[in-house]
Amino acid sequence: MQIAELSVLLVWGAATALTIALVAFAIDLGRRTEARADAHAEARTPAAVGAASGPTSTIPSTQDAAPAPARRRAAGIAMSTTWLGTALLLVAIVLRGVAAGRTPWANMYEFTLVGSFMALAVFLGMNLRKDFKFLGAFVTGLTVLFLVLGLNVFYVAATGVQPALQNYWLVIHVGVAISATGIFTVAFVASVLQLLRDSRDTGSPYLLRPGFRWLDRVPTPTSLEALSFRLNAVGFVLWTFTIIGGAIWAEHAWGRYWGWDPKEVWSFVIWVVYAAYLHARTTRGWDGRRAAWFVIVGYLCVLFNFTGVNLIFNGKHSYSGLNTDTTGGA
Amino acid sequence: MSEKATYRPEGIHDAFTEGRTDEAPTAGGPAKPAGPNLPSLGWRGMLRWTWRQLTSMRVALMLLMLLAVAAVPGSVLPQRSQDAAAVLEYLGDNPTLGEWLDRLGFFDVYSSVWFSAIYILLFVSLVGCIVPRTLAHGRALRNRPPKTPVRFGRFPATAQGATAASPDEVTDAVAAHLRGPLRRLPTFRVDTGAEEPRLGRPATRTVAAERGYLRETGNLLFHLALLGLLVSVALGQLLHYRGQAIVTEGRGFANAVVDYDTFDRGAWFRPASLSPFSMTLDSFDSEFASDTVAFAQARDFTAHVTVSEPDGGTHSEQIKVNHPLTVDGAKIYLQGNGFAPEITVQDGAGETAFAGRVPFLPEDTMYTSRGVVKVPDVSAGQEQIGMIGYFLPTAVVEADGSARSVFPQPQNPLLVLEVYRGDLGLDEGVPQNVYRLDTASLTPSVDDDGQTIKLLVKPGETVELPDGLGTVTLGEQVPRYVALDLRHDPSLAWVLTFSLLALGGLAVSLFTPRRRVWVRSWETTDDGGRPVTHVELAGLARGDDAGLQREVDKALASVPGVADDAADGTNDDKPDDDRLAGDHQRTATED
Ligand code: HEM
Repeated sequence: MQIAELSVLLVWGAATALTIALVAFAIDLGRRTEARADAHAEARTPAAVGAASGPTSTIPSTQDAAPAPARRRAAGIAMSTTWLGTALLLVAIVLRGVAAGRTPWANMYEFTLVGSFMALAVFLGMNLRKDFKFLGAFVTGLTVLFLVLGLNVFYVAATGVQPALQNYWLVIHVGVAISATGIFTVAFVASVLQLLRDSRDTGSPYLLRPGFRWLDRVPTPTSLEALSFRLNAVGFVLWTFTIIGGAIWAEHAWGRYWGWDPKEVWSFVIWVVYAAYLHARTTRGWDGRRAAWFVIVGYLCVLFNFTGVNLIFNGKHSYSGLNTDTTGGA
Repeated sequence: MSEKATYRPEGIHDAFTEGRTDEAPTAGGPAKPAGPNLPSLGWRGMLRWTWRQLTSMRVALMLLMLLAVAAVPGSVLPQRSQDAAAVLEYLGDNPTLGEWLDRLGFFDVYSSVWFSAIYILLFVSLVGCIVPRTLAHGRALRNRPPKTPVRFGRFPATAQGATAASPDEVTDAVAAHLRGPLRRLPTFRVDTGAEEPRLGRPATRTVAAERGYLRETGNLLFHLALLGLLVSVALGQLLHYRGQAIVTEGRGFANAVVDYDTFDRGAWFRPASLSPFSMTLDSFDSEFASDTVAFAQARDFTAHVTVSEPDGGTHSEQIKVNHPLTVDGAKIYLQGNGFAPEITVQDGAGETAFAGRVPFLPEDTMYTSRGVVKVPDVSAGQEQIGMIGYFLPTAVVEADGSARSVFPQPQNPLLVLEVYRGDLGLDEGVPQNVYRLDTASLTPSVDDDGQTIKLLVKPGETVELPDGLGTVTLGEQVPRYVALDLRHDPSLAWVLTFSLLALGGLAVSLFTPRRRVWVRSWETTDDGGRPVTHVELAGLARGDDAGLQREVDKALASVPGVADDAADGTNDDKPDDDRLAGDHQRTATED
């Protein structure tokens, strides 16, 4: 078997492992809900809803109740299959690099693989320090979606790259962009949960239905906000570096550091949206829920920058590998 | 403004965030209560009000969002600065809408009035916000930590313990721990103090400590660097120049405005800043993949050139994609390449009417290249000739007579020409695109069936033109050309410096924890009548700070011989003791 084919097979393997993890995480979240639902119903305080300005919040561990054995089994399966899926993905990425004879992140397919890997790695890394398993179902769910999309829509055969991409900046600029994307992904999950939990706490009739009981098991909106912020802060710094690195590279490759190419425009838009988010957090009346909406808009821009800008617009940044355009490289 | 008004350490409110929001008063800051209380003052009051609004965080936030939205149309609509031809095409396809969009600047978004207005307002707002904050921060840098609050109960992080060491020893140990190992660069700024007996408490010793002044420093640096970035980019726009030249193998060009095919310059550019070197293209190499997966994908382009310096010296150089050549501060980029066949046309009278290399622009991965030959200088009585052609580096001619290229290298070159005759319109003085032939007023050469005649010419061949127009000859060798972009922008180093300063400032301001820790210790006696020192700690942080409790716990652990009230003593005692021994020694040597 060819190395490239083996890599594809491993990506499918990773997607399968992560699907199992997804189910296990969901079961875990459901079980915890049952165990805690009654206790929680009494103790439910609408504490500091949405008002994330207080310094009081630290990220609480969700392991405050004595774990029931069944629950632990589901959580254990979930975590070990996530580790397995992530490891398989890593091997797949390395093999892809070997097959192509270069850094394995030069087109959309590879970007999808490495971006998913980064999101998983961030999630696993966070769990080494504290229990963040409540994020698991969503992180694995998103990465399975990305991987399957990547395999079916973005896939291109492994091969070398055109002269414009033969540069160490491919490693730095794109590598950092991918890390930022992975971190933004996890932060996005936290912000979505924050909004859902907040709506349930404030009595949204839709979210009060029993199907959403699991929301009581995720941390308070305030601590989810804090978690999202910490991740977004790291993501934002990396994004800033992505743009600076891209500009340095553009200066070498295209003869100008900034030219409002569609990819540059959208990278700029993302940067400004996350900058606005950081400013919103420190503006009274714009923190809490509204700040979370910035994260969601920002992340949608990240997704659009990756998909829409690569596939719809025809800029210099046409490196998806899906179009056959010569003009990008010289 | 006094320290007390800026800091409210008694409260559990985040005193740190004040001065950052637009509602809380700051030391000399521009912030004022935003709200419906419109000023009843005259125009000066109005100006002041406007200024305060503009420099408020809320407005900065709005401007940021506007900036993001305003940037988007430039990625959707074609932009003149990138692709003027696409703009023309759009205007042709949508005459009414296009005209309106054009009038509103939508084809030059990033230099339009509205886009500029947004970012200029944003930067004005930035200055209005940053200058007072810088001054306030300058004062705050000399401030002492806020004094120890009376009650610790409501603080986000607290800890308590008891020890046999005296309050003085506790105070010294904690202060030394908080200052950290570097005397000149203490982690915390620490004040120690003493309190008289009050509220039923005996006399106490206190420690007040604060860290993270760098956070605000980084934040200010970030914003100031953005300002510097804007200024350097603007200066670059004014001082830069950029020229584009097409050079064929064996030929050269001189770095002078007239030698460029196109030349852009900033308003403050002086032609004297062009260093008078010249350059010859010796040869051009290209490599393409020949494997099946990436067939014909470009792999390498190299231009071998000889540079002649103004002082007479010459040297050989290479220019590659990603590796521009720097000559006297100007960078020369390899931006494109293609074939420039040598074409000779003799008119019907047998005179040579045209002889030269004609650059053909590649249109696909196989270098199917399009070019135009204009022959206005024909003998008297002859019609002018225009030809539109395709150059195919590796041609395959199908049974139906159509031809295409199947590889980008010149393995089987072929020139395919369509011939027109009539008035080329070159004498009217209207500048024309050399790559376009306006065929509207010309007569095409057609065969008996009315089909446009396509002439096929191989290197070294001479082919008869239809309608008695003469002959066309393709040279034996097909020279290659490179499209070079030469650029000089004296602001680049500044742009990079400010970008990196912004990045550094950003990281410092986001990742430096801003914390305060207070300690109070006093002596009582335990059940057995032995003296015991009680230690109480409280911590406060700006924003969400997951590490705050750990910081407080570590400060408690630095107390000699401490037993943590919260934990079950036996487990914690031992490791703490070990750690303390180390701390103690350090304190001793330091003081
Ligand atoms: C100012 C200049 C630049 C900016 C702001 C910029 C921005 C970005 C961003 C944000 C990404 C990742 C996001 C995504 O694709 O979803 C990205 C990816 C990438 N960039 Fe850049 N970039 C710049 C210049 C360059 C240059 C000069 C090159 C190469 C010659 C380049 C090559 C790539 C490649 C290969 C990818 C990954 C593949 C892809 O997603 O299209 N970039 N860039």
